[in-house]
Amino acid sequence: MPAANTSDSGSPEKAWAELMRAGLAGDAAAYRQLLEAIAPRLRKFAANGLSRIGNADVEDVVQEILLAIHLKRQTWMQDQPFLPWLNAIARHKMIDVMRRKGRRGEIPIEGLIDVLPDMPPEPESSQSELTKLVSRLDGKQQTVVSSISLDGQSIKDTAAKLGMSEGAVRVAFHRGLKKLAELYREGGTA
Amino acid sequence: MKTDDLIASLSADTPQQQTPPRRAFAIAIVIGAIIAGGAFMLTLGPRPDFMHAIQTLRFDFKFVVTLVLAISALLVARDMARPEVRRSRMRPLLLAAPILLILAVALEMMVVPSDLWMPRLIGHNMRFCTTMIPVFALGPLALLLWAFRRGAPENPARAGAVAGLIAGGIGAAFYAAHCFDDSPLFVATWYTLAIGAVTALGAFLGSRFLRW
Repeated sequence: MPAANTSDSGSPEKAWAELMRAGLAGDAAAYRQLLEAIAPRLRKFAANGLSRIGNADVEDVVQEILLAIHLKRQTWMQDQPFLPWLNAIARHKMIDVMRRKGRRGEIPIEGLIDVLPDMPPEPESSQSELTKLVSRLDGKQQTVVSSISLDGQSIKDTAAKLGMSEGAVRVAFHRGLKKLAELYREGGTA
Repeated sequence: MKTDDLIASLSADTPQQQTPPRRAFAIAIVIGAIIAGGAFMLTLGPRPDFMHAIQTLRFDFKFVVTLVLAISALLVARDMARPEVRRSRMRPLLLAAPILLILAVALEMMVVPSDLWMPRLIGHNMRFCTTMIPVFALGPLALLLWAFRRGAPENPARAGAVAGLIAGGIGAAFYAAHCFDDSPLFVATWYTLAIGAVTALGAFLGSRFLRW
């Protein structure tokens, strides 16, 4: 879905900011479109950062950063530029990853994600770190997150399957995502 | 898990109306002040000659300096909750309270004979002061850390320290209404020590709980 990349100046700032605004207002499709536009750039960003470390799966880092973007999306102030915010989140998580790998990486401060080319995912990667972390969640959170994130079930179907209210599923899902971010910080599966 | 699947599921996690950082700080300040004020009224309460004291410069200055500290630190904190703000433009404001304090101390030393400096610095209540300011600051500190968790501070320990400055300022402002030691010499010594302790606690808690 490359539509989000088109803008007059070549910078995705305007298009992405609009999608984010819509997303924050509850437009799930716009939000999804935004994350899909960001992910290929993040992949390049992560690959660049990790090339000096090796051994970490680029896709794992992309997923960790996406999760952070998601959980911290309320900290973007809608009257401010979007790209500096996005870059700051990506950079913060990248430094975190490098620290966990025992390196203090040098990451340029300005102009990261918006100037990088897209990078497609590796065709078939090994079981992702996130999948392993999901298996470490507590009972209900694990069931709910597996159902929605791994099996691709909707909130509604998950609620019906588990005999929970949709509200309860939403709460468990959101808490599960927060917990996943915490598990990453604690060193992931490493 | 494929990244596309993750993205699809993240977009299903629709906003649960999480409090944005700015509003969280406003809530933390209001409720924090109510808690600190309640604790103050239940324990110490204002000094009996409050209405008279309020007409004296030294007494009033205690509120000026503690509230200037709390407000300047709050302005910095709101910026620090934003990940992209690397250096808050509000940061120089943090110098306001220390500068006011230094000026007040200098004035005090000019108008008070030097053999009174030490007695005024020691005062009557230093142990009380260094205990109760942190006690009153605890409620605001907890709420401000909660507010910071809604944000994304680049440096968690520093963010916690700034939360400590705000909370310490609030706690000290309440304590000031009780305390009979009004000399800037006393304030500069013991209030600073007490607020410093709250700041250190904030930095410690921040480094543990504000990572994201």
